[in-house]
Amino acid sequence: MNIYADNAATTKMSEAALNAMLPYFRENYGNPSSLHSIGQRANEALWAAREDVAKCINAEPKEITFTSGGSEADNQAIVTAARLGAKKGKKHIISTAFEHHAVLHTLNKLQKEGYEITLLDVHENGIIFPEQVKDAIREDTCLVTVMFANNEIGTIQPIKEIGAICREKKVIFHTDAVQAAGHIAIDVKDMNIDMLSISAHKFHGPKGVGALYCRKGILLYSIIEGGAQERGKRAGTENIPAIAGMAAAFKDAVAHMDENAEKIKKIRDILIDGLSEIPHGILNGDREKRLPGNVNFCFEGIEGESILLLLDDKGISASSGSACTSGSLDPSHVLLAIGRPHEIAHGSLRLSIDENLNEEEAKYIIETVKDTVRLLRGMSPVWRDLMSGKQQFITK
Amino acid sequence: MALYSEKVMDHFRNPRNVGIIEDADGIGEVGNAKCGDIMKFYIKVQDGIVSDIKFETFGCGSAIASASMATELIKGQPVEKVLELTNRAVVEALDGLPTHKIHCSVLAEEVIKAALKDYYDKNGIEYDPALFPDEHDCEHCEI
Repeated sequence: MNIYADNAATTKMSEAALNAMLPYFRENYGNPSSLHSIGQRANEALWAAREDVAKCINAEPKEITFTSGGSEADNQAIVTAARLGAKKGKKHIISTAFEHHAVLHTLNKLQKEGYEITLLDVHENGIIFPEQVKDAIREDTCLVTVMFANNEIGTIQPIKEIGAICREKKVIFHTDAVQAAGHIAIDVKDMNIDMLSISAHKFHGPKGVGALYCRKGILLYSIIEGGAQERGKRAGTENIPAIAGMAAAFKDAVAHMDENAEKIKKIRDILIDGLSEIPHGILNGDREKRLPGNVNFCFEGIEGESILLLLDDKGISASSGSACTSGSLDPSHVLLAIGRPHEIAHGSLRLSIDENLNEEEAKYIIETVKDTVRLLRGMSPVWRDLMSGKQQFITK
Repeated sequence: MALYSEKVMDHFRNPRNVGIIEDADGIGEVGNAKCGDIMKFYIKVQDGIVSDIKFETFGCGSAIASASMATELIKGQPVEKVLELTNRAVVEALDGLPTHKIHCSVLAEEVIKAALKDYYDKNGIEYDPALFPDEHDCEHCEI
């Protein structure tokens, strides 16, 4: 068996994306800024891609700026709002405790520059209430940035409601939609979104390319200086093959979104039900309001990296929020944010599936995870103490 | 390059001497669940020789492999050998560990020494306390 269940990390590129990219390596390889025909053909591809990406989120083509990925888009969006705010003396930003590091680390940097950051509590189910945003907004708030869906536990935030509050209070609203794009419907107009980040490789597009949607009327602040590409908002020769690949992948994902989501959810629920049978484990994130392909559990008495290595031996590629896999001392900030104690946050397992995973494979995953958990618990002194009553179980 | 050497993977997949010894002569436990690593060693001593050794580990692949390797290096050896075991020796026997995993080998060195100290204490054997420095400080655990 060879099962890839780490689609939240990255995805396999689709045929559509690959085919869309190929002509721009050796045929229409011109620089879109050049006047000659080969350059102009690349420029046409650039604008066609911009139009396609815009359509996928109900935006205007001119509101799309291509970037090197989700992280750059997040950085640029936040810095833009911060600079605009500073001009009016507004230096307060609202976000959540479990954002992606592309957001959190940018906010940390701004904090050192004198901005005040409020991180909202995300509760045990990993979902904030729009009222929290309302209560947190102050006279000097220049930005609210809340992720569309969480990358680890998959929970989906009430984006439209948060957007409406921000619109009413005249505060810029940015959302990191890297995990959501291509998987759940996004309409920037209907959802009152001012800025939104996406990344191609999360929806079967190529790596190293993303986009920032910025509503017209908000002047983007350039964070890479140089040529006048992207209307002066993002210097550097455009990565045309990647941009064309992203547009094709996004279009494809949006066109098949409903049927894929239905299929993926069915398998996801089989996985959640099956893994729930493991005693003293707990599902992370709301059971319903989560991405179609996200499954995330904590198992008591064991550590995540060993789970991953053993699963890999059995042909299953998954991920974990344990400290050992992050290279830091602390387990995932997302799991800590939803209140999981360190002890069990170390024993987390994330499976992020796509439409290619079938029921038989899901059953194989369930059995293999059960065996793995049993094996590791069998050599864990923590498990022994839990079983003997020397330590108390945290989960049921 | 793979994260771990073949030796590490072998000891992780097929850990040697896993389990407990009910009537152990010495038991050592180091680490903290909060940090994500706990090792527990059980030793049996006969005629000055570590005649049996078992371990349990809560931790990552390299923690399990380090514990497994340490038991192999010590089993059948005179107890004095335990005092000579260094984390470096465990790392070398495993054909290396990634830099951020070296602390797993430190835990393995500490836990086996903790088990020996327990054996000395239980049997009223005198020793120089300097041989067993305090467990390494983990800033994280102080929080």
